[in-house]
Amino acid sequence: MLYLFLPVAATVLYSLATEWNSTVLPEGLTLKWFAELYGDPRFLQAFGRSFVLSFLTTVVAVVIIVPAVFSIVVYAPRMEKLVQLFVMLTYAVPGVIMAVGLIRTYSGNGIPMIVITAGAYLVGLLPYLYQGTRNSLLALHARSLMEAAELLGASRWQAFVRIIVPNIMSGIFVSALLSFSILFGEFVLINILVGGRYETLQLYLYNKLSASGHVASAITVTYFVLMAIITSLIVRFTRRSFARKEVS
Amino acid sequence: MKRFASMLLVTTIPFFAMIALFLLVPLLSMIEGSFQAEGGGGFTISHYQEIFSNSYYLQAFENSVLISFLSSLIGIIAAVFAAYAITRFPQSLQQRVLVITNLTSNFAGIPLAFAFIVLLGNSGLFVLLAKQLGIDFGQSFTLYSWSGLTLVYVYFQLPLAVMLLYPLYHAIQKQWMEAAELLGASPWHFWLRIGFPVLFPGIVGTFSILFANAMGAYASAYALTGSNYNLVPIRIGALVSGDIFARPELGSALAVLLGMTLAAALVVNEWLTRKIRRDLS
Repeated sequence: MLYLFLPVAATVLYSLATEWNSTVLPEGLTLKWFAELYGDPRFLQAFGRSFVLSFLTTVVAVVIIVPAVFSIVVYAPRMEKLVQLFVMLTYAVPGVIMAVGLIRTYSGNGIPMIVITAGAYLVGLLPYLYQGTRNSLLALHARSLMEAAELLGASRWQAFVRIIVPNIMSGIFVSALLSFSILFGEFVLINILVGGRYETLQLYLYNKLSASGHVASAITVTYFVLMAIITSLIVRFTRRSFARKEVS
Repeated sequence: MKRFASMLLVTTIPFFAMIALFLLVPLLSMIEGSFQAEGGGGFTISHYQEIFSNSYYLQAFENSVLISFLSSLIGIIAAVFAAYAITRFPQSLQQRVLVITNLTSNFAGIPLAFAFIVLLGNSGLFVLLAKQLGIDFGQSFTLYSWSGLTLVYVYFQLPLAVMLLYPLYHAIQKQWMEAAELLGASPWHFWLRIGFPVLFPGIVGTFSILFANAMGAYASAYALTGSNYNLVPIRIGALVSGDIFARPELGSALAVLLGMTLAAALVVNEWLTRKIRRDLS
C-alpha cells in the first residue's frame, strides 16, 4: 500500500514546493505553480480538448454499442460469441499495434487523424461498455421484460426506449464514467497518430515534463483529483444501483 | 418477424461497421503491410528477415520479454499477499482499500513516470535523502536504468494484479479452513495443500494478463527517456511516427510479431489453466 501511495504523495508535495533541489523536504510551500498552471491558456485549451474528445467519444460509443449489445443479447444470443471474440481482440491488441494499423490504413487520404483516433477509441471502449451493458441487462431479466412488453402491445422500439433504457441507465452511466476516465488518460494513440496537432492534457503534460517539474506535478495532481472524483462517482452510483436492486 | 429483423439490423450495422473500420481493417492492413516492400511494391518477407537478423531488434524483444516477465512476477507475488491481507480487513475498510487500489490503477503512463522522477530521478526525493545519509547509489541505481524502469512497471502492475486476484479469495470458504483445522492441519498446511492449489489457475491467468499488459506498455517508458529504451513498443512507435525516420512496413512486421507474442502468452494461459483445472478435479 505504501508503495502505491508514495509516488502520489511526493507529486502532491512537489507541486506545492517552492524550491526542492538539494534538500530532502521542500524549503517552503506555495500555490504559485497551480496559479501559473491555471493562468496558462495552453493548459486550459489542452484540458478542454481532452474533455471534449473524451466526452464526445464516450457518448458516441454508448449510442452505438448499447443498443447493439441489447439486441444481440436479447434477440440473437448466438452472435454473442462473435462479439466476445471482438472484445478479446480489442483487449489483447495494445495501443501501439492499433496505431500501426490505423496509420497504414488511413494516413494521407484526407481524413483528419483526430477522427481516426476517436474511432479507435470507440473500439477501445468496447470491452468496458459490453460488459457493463450485458451485466445490467442480465440483472434486469431484459428478455422476459421485453416479452411482457410486447404481449401488452408495445413495439420493440417503444419497449426498449421506455422500459429497458430507464432501467439500465445507472449501470450504463457507471460504464460511461469509467470509459471517460480511460480516454482522459490515453496517451499512446493520440501521441503516435496525432502528436502536437491536437494537444490533449496528456500531451501537454509530456511537453511540460522537461520544462518545469513543479508545473508538471501541478498538472498531475489536477488530473489525479479529477480521476478521484470520477472514481468516487462510480462507487456511489454502483452502490446506489445495488441498494435499489436489493429493495425491489 | 420482419420487425424483429429491422431492429437487429438497425442497431448492429453501425456496431459492426465500427468494428470493421477501426479494428479489423487496420489489423489486416498491418499484416498485409508487413509483407510489402518499402514504399509499396511486391510481396516480400525481407522485413521479418531483417528483424531476425538484426541484433538491435532481437534485443528489443529480449528486453521487452525480460522486463515484462520480471515485473509481472514481482507484481503477482506482492499481489498474492496484498490481496490476502485485504480480505482480512473489516468489510467497510475492504471497500475503501479497493477503491484506492482502483484509483491508483488510473495512475499510469505519463503521470506515473513523472511521479517516479520526483521520487527517484536525478534530484529525486530518495536520491537526495540517500546522499544526506552518505549513501551514494548513483553508481548502482538510477531511475533511467533497467532496474528503475522495472520499478515503474511493477507500480502499474500491482493494482491490476490486486484487482484481479482479490475476487479469487472469496472462492476459499471459511468452512474449508475450519474443517482443515479440525482435522489437524496447520495454517501452513492448509494454504499449501488447499488454498494455493485452488488459487493457482487464477494466479496463472492473472500473470499472463500482466505479462501482456507490460509487453504492450508504451507511455511510461516513453515518458522517462523518449525513444532511448530499446523496447518493442518504443521501437514500433519510433518506426511508424517518424521520430527518426518512418519505416511503416518494418514497424508493421514488428507489430505483428509483438501481437503473436501476446497471443502466444494468452494461449499458453488458456491451455495451462485448463490443464490445471482438470488435474484438480
